[in-house]
Amino acid sequence: MEHFYFLTRFDYTLMIVTSGAALLGTVSGALGTYAVLRRQSLLGDVISHAALPGIAIAFLLTGSKTPLLLVLGAAIAGWLGALIILSIVRLTRIKYDSAFGLVLSTFFGFGMVLLSLIQRSGNANQAGLDDFIFGQAATILKRDVLTIGILGGIALIIMLIFWKELKLLIFDEGFAASIGLPIRALDILLTSLLVIAIVIGLQAVGAVLMSAMLVAPAVAARQWTDRLNLMVLLAACFGALAGVSGTIISSPIRIPTGPTIILCATAMVGISIAFAPNRGLLWNSIKQRRNRRSLKIATGRLIGATAVKNRMKENDTRRS
Amino acid sequence: MQAPDAKAIQVTDLTVAYRETPVLWDIDLDVPPGVLLAIVGPNGAGKTTLIKAILGLVRPAAGNILIYNKPYDAQRRIVGYVPQRGSVDWDFPTSVLDVVMMGRYGALGWIKRPGKQERELAMNALERVGMEKYTNRQISQLSGGQQQRVFLARALVQDATVYLMDEPFQGVDATTERAIVTLLQELRENGKTVVVVHHDLQTVTDYFDWVTLLNIRRIASGPVDETFTPENLRETYGGRIAFMKNR
Repeated sequence: MEHFYFLTRFDYTLMIVTSGAALLGTVSGALGTYAVLRRQSLLGDVISHAALPGIAIAFLLTGSKTPLLLVLGAAIAGWLGALIILSIVRLTRIKYDSAFGLVLSTFFGFGMVLLSLIQRSGNANQAGLDDFIFGQAATILKRDVLTIGILGGIALIIMLIFWKELKLLIFDEGFAASIGLPIRALDILLTSLLVIAIVIGLQAVGAVLMSAMLVAPAVAARQWTDRLNLMVLLAACFGALAGVSGTIISSPIRIPTGPTIILCATAMVGISIAFAPNRGLLWNSIKQRRNRRSLKIATGRLIGATAVKNRMKENDTRRS
Repeated sequence: MQAPDAKAIQVTDLTVAYRETPVLWDIDLDVPPGVLLAIVGPNGAGKTTLIKAILGLVRPAAGNILIYNKPYDAQRRIVGYVPQRGSVDWDFPTSVLDVVMMGRYGALGWIKRPGKQERELAMNALERVGMEKYTNRQISQLSGGQQQRVFLARALVQDATVYLMDEPFQGVDATTERAIVTLLQELRENGKTVVVVHHDLQTVTDYFDWVTLLNIRRIASGPVDETFTPENLRETYGGRIAFMKNR
């Protein structure tokens, strides 16, 4: 009886963790599509690293580990990091990649310093804060899943509401501005959605790896479709699948969940790049071989035809 | 609807600078309604910047721009824009029809999705540019000329009075060039004003009735037969122009 109780306990925890991972995979997959298409994959990396000091400061100010509070701190810091990059690029002659490097390492370093200060302070409540660096899916509780679900849901709804505006912003910013869309406001909106997608995944996947959850499902999805709506849908499914499979694989053999989720996601990228129709490597090599063969036949005919023509010409000259 | 003497586009004392370098210097430009105007000048003359300034896409350091006597913000709905083909990523996951329908987004307003009416308008425009067979084609599978036609179709569904086009002839084949010219002249016949950034000096007299010669400053602007003279061209291109001698 006791044994049976343990089993249901265990399944309950696994179910909570899995549903949390699935939700964050869905949200980061869908919104990651926009980051990838806008060539802002690195922005996700900056936001996730920059979020770390926000978590530490939120804890220092309130002394509590309420998920919503920590997520809020992470969001503000991550958003600030993104904003600083945009301002550096706009106001100075420093290029994007340098600005990314500067902001990412400064914020992350600051976060590490704050976390070690908190650890040394001897506050008994601080245990588990450093999980945000590499992620610790096993610590996900029901209230965390609720936070992920509500925030992620809001982000997805906003994405759907501004679907055509965001699409035009990414495809043709100049045209979007010419018809009067507020480019800067939309840019801030999109960045904010990315911030939400990232901070809800920090606890499970960690600041270091979270950006891969934005990029990998979208890159995999792009291989299979040429339509934006399908790409977003597929990326969401891939993200959810990576979350679920990563959790289920890692749980019994006691390897860290976050990295396993990321490995699952990148495995999907590998499979997609290799086997997807039209864009996949296998498909391309088959197409190339077929082209080469038909070209050979065509040139063969051409050579044959020229030979015949030449012989006729020879005959003509001989006759005359 | 507009005052009879209103200029389609009126630019006064326009100066645009990127950091300290002026790209456009003290430009005055009057475009009367119903002309087909070429903006001509060497690389770096500020042709694209002039178009973008008229559209409010770059902020001028000084100057004033009016479309039919009102600032651009008030006249968006009557202005259509064809950006440079190379300014977008043609590997974006979308179809020809979808891109053309983007021309209706301005009239649609926020949140509303394009529906049956937008689809019909887009199909109509695609027929006018001879692209009706490519409706569902992924845009990365188009040739340069086809991409250009898709952009033109998108501007057509904007149903504008004034069109601004940035190098619509760039990288297109002879057939497409003919088709585009016919379309532009058709627009002019319907009373539209069409401003085109143009590179090929040889075709200016054939295609256009007005011309603006630009090299950071406005060198000259007016009807082609009065304005497109060897002296003006020499001033615009700085004597590096040999083929015009026998004109």
